[in-house]
Amino acid sequence: MREPKQGKVSDWGIPGTYVFDGTRSRIGYELNKLCYSLTDPKNRKLYRQDEEAYLAKYKLTKQQLDAVRRRDWLALTKHCGGNIYYVYKLGATVGAGLYHMGAQMRGQSYENFLKTRAAQGAR
Amino acid sequence: MARIAAGVGSSHVPNIGPAYDSGKFEEPDWKPLFDGYKPVKKWLQDEIKPHVIVFVYNDHGSDFALDRVPTFAIGVRDEYEQADEGFGRRPIPTVKGHADLSWFLAKELIYNEFDITVCQEMKVDHGLMVPLPLLFSHEPDWNIKVVPLVVNVIQHPLPTARRCFRLGQAIRKAVEAYPEDLRVAIAGTGGMSHQLHGERFGHLNTAFDERWLDLIESDPLQLAALNHREIMAAAGAEAVELIMWLVMRGAMAEKVRRVHRNYYAPMTTGMGLIALADA
Repeated sequence: MREPKQGKVSDWGIPGTYVFDGTRSRIGYELNKLCYSLTDPKNRKLYRQDEEAYLAKYKLTKQQLDAVRRRDWLALTKHCGGNIYYVYKLGATVGAGLYHMGAQMRGQSYENFLKTRAAQGAR
Repeated sequence: MARIAAGVGSSHVPNIGPAYDSGKFEEPDWKPLFDGYKPVKKWLQDEIKPHVIVFVYNDHGSDFALDRVPTFAIGVRDEYEQADEGFGRRPIPTVKGHADLSWFLAKELIYNEFDITVCQEMKVDHGLMVPLPLLFSHEPDWNIKVVPLVVNVIQHPLPTARRCFRLGQAIRKAVEAYPEDLRVAIAGTGGMSHQLHGERFGHLNTAFDERWLDLIESDPLQLAALNHREIMAAAGAEAVELIMWLVMRGAMAEKVRRVHRNYYAPMTTGMGLIALADA
C-alpha cells in the first residue's frame, strides 16, 4: 500500500480530498467529540439555545471555533480535522443539510450545485 | 447445519430513508431506485426465505464514536434500536437480532483468528436501516432476524479490501458450523462512488461503479487486491466503504449466479444493488 506523505497532516495526493486518518483525527478529536454529542436531541436543543456556552465545554482551537461560528464546512473538514459524518450532525443541529454543506465546500450556490446533478428530485 | 443462502450488495444512502418513510416510491426521480429493489425483495421472500441476515455495514459516528474504534464489531443482541443521527428515529419497528447465532459466529471468528469486537450494547444507523426495509418486510413486524457486523471505514487505518474478503470466507465457515438448519443471507453495504467532504464533494464515477458490479460477481479477487487510495482516488474518499461488499462476496461460493442488478446515480452517490446466489 502506498504510504501518504507525512507532515503535520497527511497528503494522500488526491485533489480536494482530506483523508480522515490519524493525523486529522488527532487534530479534530475535540471537534468530532462535540459533534458526536449532538446525536442526543437534548444536546441539539442546548446547542441551539446557547452556542457559545456549548462550545466552551470542549477544547476547540481558535481556528476550529472560528470555522464552527462561520459554518465553514470546508475549513472544518480541510483544516480542522472534522470528519464529515460527525460535522454533518452539527449541520443537522443548525439547519444546514448535507447538500447545502456540500455546495459550499465546492464553492457553489445550492442551486448551481443541484444543476450539476442527474436527477435533483431524488433528495 | 446452517448455510449461506444468498448474498446482496447494496448502497445505504441516508436520504433514501426519508423518501421511503414519505412513500415517494412512484416519484419520477426516486422510482428507478425503489423499483430496483422489488425483484430482490420478492426473490428473498418467495425463494430464499432466509431466517437470518448477517448485515455488514458501517456506523457513521451515530453510535460508535472515535474514542475506541473497533476494526470489526459484531452485535450480539436480541434486538437493536435505531441510533439518532441528528434527525430523530424513523417510523420502523425495532430490528430483531439472533443472539445465539451472533455469539456463535463471534466465537468461531475469534478462534479462526479474526479479532472481532463483541458488542452487547449497540444501536444501528442508516447503514443498516436504509437497505433493510428495501429487502425485507416489516408490516406488522420484521420477517427477518439480523446479525449486525460493523466495519470501520471512517478513521484510517481501515482494514484492507483483502482482509474484508477473508473475513467473508471466515463467516461462511462459521455459519456452516452452526448446528441448526438456518438459511443465512449476507449483505455487504455502502457506496457506491461518492465524496462528501472537501472541494471534491459530489464526485461520482459511474464507470468505476459498473466495473465494481461486474467484478464483485465474476472476479472479486481483483477488487480485493485494490488498496484504499486507488478506490478513493477513482471513486471518492467515502467510496472506500465499498470494501464491505467484499465481506459479503467472500462468504459466497467461488462461483456465483447473478439474480439481479440495478444502478442509479441521481444525486451524489452511485446507488448500486446486486443479488447473488451460489452457482
